Amino acid sequence: MIRRNTIPFGPQHPVLPEPIQLRLVMENEKIVEALPVVGYVHRGLEKIAEKKDYIQDVYLAERICGICSFIHSQNYCQGIEELMKVQVPDRAKYLRVIWAETHRIHSHLLILGLVADAFGFENLFMRLWKVREQILDIMEATTGARVILGVCAIGGVKRDIPPALAEEVLRKLDDVERQLPELCDSLLKDYSVKQRLVGVGVLPKDKAYELGAVGPVARASGLRMDLRETGYAAYGDLDFKMVVEESGDCYARTAVRVKELFTSLDLVRKAIKRMPQGPISVPVRGAPPADEVLARIEQPRGELNFYIRGNGTRNLERFRVRTPTFANLPALLHQLTGCELADVPVIAICIDPCISCTER
Amino acid sequence: MLENVSTITIESIPTEVWKLKQDGYRFVTMTCCDESAVHDVLYHFDKNYQRKHLRVKIPKGTALPSVAGIFFAALLVENEMQDLMGVTVSGLPIDFKGRFLLAEGAPTAPLNKSVPGLGIQVQVKAPAAAEGTVKS
Repeated sequence: MIRRNTIPFGPQHPVLPEPIQLRLVMENEKIVEALPVVGYVHRGLEKIAEKKDYIQDVYLAERICGICSFIHSQNYCQGIEELMKVQVPDRAKYLRVIWAETHRIHSHLLILGLVADAFGFENLFMRLWKVREQILDIMEATTGARVILGVCAIGGVKRDIPPALAEEVLRKLDDVERQLPELCDSLLKDYSVKQRLVGVGVLPKDKAYELGAVGPVARASGLRMDLRETGYAAYGDLDFKMVVEESGDCYARTAVRVKELFTSLDLVRKAIKRMPQGPISVPVRGAPPADEVLARIEQPRGELNFYIRGNGTRNLERFRVRTPTFANLPALLHQLTGCELADVPVIAICIDPCISCTER
Repeated sequence: MLENVSTITIESIPTEVWKLKQDGYRFVTMTCCDESAVHDVLYHFDKNYQRKHLRVKIPKGTALPSVAGIFFAALLVENEMQDLMGVTVSGLPIDFKGRFLLAEGAPTAPLNKSVPGLGIQVQVKAPAAAEGTVKS
């Protein structure tokens, strides 16, 4: 007779300091049921947003996440701009793409390093993070900050990238790209790595769609879903090409992130080269009207949604955040069911979980 | 400026959500707003980047039927609504009973307008003992 045991995995992941507990119901070594337990880092951020001035909420939105922070502030600003009918200058749109894509590169390098750490390849983890440092250097050189950039504003951006600095950024990107192929080969071609990733945590295409998966998790299962295709900011002018894999396993999710590194490098280069001259912001006065908007953007982890409702004052009536990890949790539960206990750390990390964003 | 919003009744929620699933829509999320006497609940869906929204206004104290049986993805956000807005969701396959995001001892339904929060709308008064020491 098979005996059922419940094993709590977490809240501390072996390599990722994001507090989520997965309560795993086991039959021998096989998981038959998984339940998420969250609530360790809930900050009441949506409530604070209602009490602050809508301009202050730009800073608040940026602090939802400590990895893809710029993209949060960009989505908030785009939402308020839609609500208040503000036309952002073209140069600001290109600058937003540059910082959003450098954020995507550093986020993907971070999680790829942690995936390497999760399957026990510590040297690869350190080398990926060494490259990530160079991306952080680019952000520091262009904004003065390494992760929480603070450059996005309602009506545009706060800082410009002068031509000499743009040239320097292009040189640094070339240097990053030179180092990537060797590291990516280790991630995608190494025999031991493949043994840990191929066929693990499979999420079929139809299940991914039904469970509302987003971002690299959805694209690794063959779903063509990337909001950058809709052409927000300057993406419409940058010939964006989506990365899609079919197998739906941890290997495919890793492969999507690896290939997106090159897509993002390409997008930053094109944005720098095609960026028009002109102002970088327009003044915004008044307050958001009594109306509502659902702003969305493609974050490194997938589709991010902000519901913003104004009431004619400088306080928002409602600010709701739906992060991609929140959308990917049902898909994670599906992946875990039927897998071996030893695969849990890799499966959990391959959705790139950000629990601080999820709980807000 | 939310386009494609259909206002529905509480009884028709499962039918309308099921129809959208049959039409190939993906569940995105739900939003709940406190409008003093009612909760304004919005269901957000997407298909090929085209969005659709269902709006239902429920009097406070009325239970909202769960749609997690149709879209499992709704399970967590429905539990979150129970925590943060105090909306009772009936028929949840997994019910965290108001302890999904909130810890023991946390305020009940903190996102309702009746619950004060910290920020510029809150006036912090000086302690009574200190008032006498303030010079005018």
